[in-house]
Amino acid sequence: MLVSYKWLQEYVDVTGVSAEELAEKITKSGIEVEGVDTLNEGLSGVVVGHVLECEKHPNAEKLNKTLVDLGQEEPVQIICGAPNVAKGQKVAVATVGAVLPGNFKIKKAKLRGEESNGMICSLQELGIEAKLVAKEFSEGIFVFPEDTEVGQDALATLGRADQVLELGLTPNRADCLSMLGVAYEVGAILNKEVKWPEPKSETAAEKAEDYIKVTVEAKEDNPLYVAKVIKNIKVGPSPLWMQTRLMASGIRPHNNVVDITNYILLEYGQPLHAFDYDRLGSKEILVRRAKQGEEIVTLDEAKRKLTEDHLVITNGNEPVALAGVMGGANSEVSSDTTTVLLESAYFTGPAIRKASKDHGLRSEASARYEKGVDPKRARAAAERAVELLARYAGGEVLEGSVEADHLTAEPAVVSVTLDKINSVIGSELSMPEVQDIFSRLKFGASVDNDTITVTVPTRRGDITIEEDLIEEVARLYGYDNVPKTLPVGASTPGHLSEYQQKRRIVRRFLEGAGLYQAITYSLTSKEKASQYALEKREPVALAMPMSEDRSLLRLSIIPQLLEVLKYNLARQNDSLAVYETGAVFLKNNAGDLPEEREHLAGAITGLWENHQWQGQKTQVDFYVIKGILEGLFAKLGLEGKVQFSASQREGMHPGRTAELTLDGKVIGFVGQVHPTVEKAMDLKETYVFEISLKSLLEAPSETLQYQSIPRYPSITRDIALVVDREKAAGELEGIIAEAGGKLLKEVHVFDLYEGERMEQGKKSIAFSLKYFDPERTLTDEDITKAHDKVLNAVKEKAGAVLRG
Amino acid sequence: MQERLKELQAEALDKIAQAADLKELNDIRVAFLGKKGPITEVLKGMGKLSAEERPKMGALANEVRDAISSQIEARQTELEAAAVELKLAAEKIDVTLPGRPVKAGNHHPLTRIIEEIEDLFIGMGYTVAEGPEVEQDYYNFEALNLPKGHPARDMQDSFYITEEILLRTHTSPVQARTMEKRQGKGPVKIICPGKVYRRDNDDATHSHQFTQIEGLVIDENIRLSDLKGTLDVFAKKMFGADREIRLRPSFFPFTEPSVEMDISCKMCGGHGCSTCKGTGWIEILGAGMVHPNVLEMAGYDSKRYTGFAFGMGPERIAMLKYGIDDIRHFYTNDIRFLKQFSVTE
Repeated sequence: MLVSYKWLQEYVDVTGVSAEELAEKITKSGIEVEGVDTLNEGLSGVVVGHVLECEKHPNAEKLNKTLVDLGQEEPVQIICGAPNVAKGQKVAVATVGAVLPGNFKIKKAKLRGEESNGMICSLQELGIEAKLVAKEFSEGIFVFPEDTEVGQDALATLGRADQVLELGLTPNRADCLSMLGVAYEVGAILNKEVKWPEPKSETAAEKAEDYIKVTVEAKEDNPLYVAKVIKNIKVGPSPLWMQTRLMASGIRPHNNVVDITNYILLEYGQPLHAFDYDRLGSKEILVRRAKQGEEIVTLDEAKRKLTEDHLVITNGNEPVALAGVMGGANSEVSSDTTTVLLESAYFTGPAIRKASKDHGLRSEASARYEKGVDPKRARAAAERAVELLARYAGGEVLEGSVEADHLTAEPAVVSVTLDKINSVIGSELSMPEVQDIFSRLKFGASVDNDTITVTVPTRRGDITIEEDLIEEVARLYGYDNVPKTLPVGASTPGHLSEYQQKRRIVRRFLEGAGLYQAITYSLTSKEKASQYALEKREPVALAMPMSEDRSLLRLSIIPQLLEVLKYNLARQNDSLAVYETGAVFLKNNAGDLPEEREHLAGAITGLWENHQWQGQKTQVDFYVIKGILEGLFAKLGLEGKVQFSASQREGMHPGRTAELTLDGKVIGFVGQVHPTVEKAMDLKETYVFEISLKSLLEAPSETLQYQSIPRYPSITRDIALVVDREKAAGELEGIIAEAGGKLLKEVHVFDLYEGERMEQGKKSIAFSLKYFDPERTLTDEDITKAHDKVLNAVKEKAGAVLRG
Repeated sequence: MQERLKELQAEALDKIAQAADLKELNDIRVAFLGKKGPITEVLKGMGKLSAEERPKMGALANEVRDAISSQIEARQTELEAAAVELKLAAEKIDVTLPGRPVKAGNHHPLTRIIEEIEDLFIGMGYTVAEGPEVEQDYYNFEALNLPKGHPARDMQDSFYITEEILLRTHTSPVQARTMEKRQGKGPVKIICPGKVYRRDNDDATHSHQFTQIEGLVIDENIRLSDLKGTLDVFAKKMFGADREIRLRPSFFPFTEPSVEMDISCKMCGGHGCSTCKGTGWIEILGAGMVHPNVLEMAGYDSKRYTGFAFGMGPERIAMLKYGIDDIRHFYTNDIRFLKQFSVTE
């Protein structure tokens, strides 16, 4: 809501309080003033001039040479390029030395050989937004009414010597969508009275009820409908002061009838609609829900299909307006209109909201109805409107109104105790202080011992319960006056859950290992949503996505991390290691929430080690990423419990991918991205992993128990085995570990040879075995016994031959 | 004889002092102290001396021998040290060459902010509650006093999956779920971080996905002043002990009264500058006393229990704290951006 500081003064006395001070006070007591705009800021030297003569420029087709009286001794010559400039007009002239928006200084100039002493201005050139300029002046200069005095300050005449407060209204404060509403708020803050307009208009002998009959079928949607009839209207421009106020409030002037309805909308917060009575096609107004499939062409020339959810004003037969949202083209006021049917109605929010949403139509009227207008303001607003129509559109107001009144709204009566007020706020207010606050708000209040009972005017529909009253007290008492305390009461232990703690450990571990945490979007494209899914399930789709790229929820984090790599590679960041923890979403039965699983994913590419001047560089490979994961599993107490086994997955390198299993359950995978995917995305060799974090963190880990430091030496034996090339090292290791019995403490691969000295299809793989007994020093005999078992086992189970 | 010994000593000491290396020194040792050396020679002539002089001369000879050998030792230490010095001098490296880099990643800046806030509130007795990102309309709106058709639903245009299921628009549903789980019992003290989603076109100040962190306290006798005090502690820890807070009335359907909290502007110290748009204050978060409808819907007796809630955006806080100018940076994950947040403050 844009509030003109000068206009506001018609309703409330703000003497001694500047616009900026007022903004600060309003902000502090509840409505954020988002800005104070000084309309003529930085502008000067613009006066009203009278075009005495206007002829074609001798040397330029599109220019005019004018002689303009500026109210000084001598008229001046001005060259003007506007198509609509004409002799006799009163215009805004930026004189020599004037300053226009953008610090544009007007100087004496010669245009195609002719002297020009200033500039005749359009409203846009005076800093008024183009969308607020009335259509007739939108392509040229602005023309003042004939009776405008020459020589006076044109900016002041245009109402620009004013400041506008921009209120950022929250939905509960729809009462401030009007000048009177703001006046009540300011009155409460400054402790001043509110002055209402006192409309007076003479009425003609004819009665409105002889012209129109009003019936409301949809009584819940429309509890009150007030119709007035005005004859002999002369449609023309509205007075300049009204136009300038509309522009300052962000509304474009049209003609006197439309402008007056808009003016009342701003002044009273009551939307009005003017029908061309003669075009109604009947003498009847019937308000009802639309019939399924019924149609209306609205003022914006759009044909709209209606449903039973929509409320329409009809002429008893067909719709003439989409109630509270927009009028129909068939009954629109035009320049020929002579008789106007004025509607001032109270529509309830939901029906209007639905229509506005379904048709994508938001008007000043619908915005107010949706948020709730004062149910009791329709009559007063109608009286004020006909006064203005009589005065500024030459209308004759017919006697009386025609109403359909099913209004039941009564002021809310709410009680609260002083004790409750103070205990919620933490304040020590007295009853008289509280009473004073309600009297400033112009709420009726009565006190009975410790209880205050407040009668809330219908304009403040947001106040219905005692907490609402407490808020009114708190905000006008001032939050600056509320003390700072901390909750007292039973102390509660603050902590992270075990899961949350472990998740932090996972993050720290991966970061320590060199990975950066990324956070990417959950929404993705149809193509990417299912890629790399750990479990194939249908992705969850949005009902109405904003774009194809963000239309489904991800089933895997990897595609997003690959995008991160791609983005960085394109920017010369070529050695990358990132990880992310976040949810993936699996579709469930219709009506159920999708299953959300927290996953851990990572991606690495480029150089893993790079110590340039020493010439040490290592490229990432499978074993780099596997090492990180093994380290992580060990950190989580799962050393040796997660199995890596060769696996094939869509989008992954068929020979360089492993599935991770924990307790027989697949919990993730790791490997190289398929080279065709790498190529398609302009990636270099890239390794990724994705793991179900929940499976990982909720796996039972052993309790930490100290193992005594060995007192006896261990003995190491190395063996090199020749096996088929296909034989997995992990399998051999498993066989060795099992056969070695309890004396075998450690097995690890220390060499691998697949070179030309090997027989075709064979490889040599060397293991180091460490034997140890905590109770004694092992003898050669003990070790040989255990070691022979190992050798037999690998021979029998894996066809391994000891390499000579 | 005595003179001969003195002469030998002087000669030996002189040579020792001039010895250039360990070998030369060893030669001197052999020459003077060896079995065929001059001192042995001298001592061989002891037989000729009287019984009185013999012990005297013996003592003198030992003195000379000791003097020479201790001098040799001293010189040896000296020469050894010099040899080591020489060797080390040859081993000299350029200490200004860069070291071998240690691999280290770091937290995303949003995680950094969120963990900092979590830890601060954990210290004040809060636990961390989490909930689903895809929510039921009921928990996201209705349980928070936003019935269907409520105008405030417009404030948070949402991504719906079905009519009843949507991507949560705030982390408040976690509060609703937690309260419901607690079955009307206090005290509740939780902090709820997480991702949220709104129908916004991504630009420098809007993101369709962003994070929130909310707090909720429910107990008997919780006052607005407790909220103010708690937020004051938070603001001073997070932004600096010299920052002031101010509460302004506002509106949220789930709180009544509702407030917004501003902190005094760091750039201008509250005098007004371009960062704070001349107001001296910067908006940080929304808060309020839990609306009785919200309490009642979750099974709390609103006559007995009161509570406060607050919610903020880690993006906004990070942007203010670190001077980040575009919200999209958080989700682009440019490594040059991420790397900047590894420093301990």
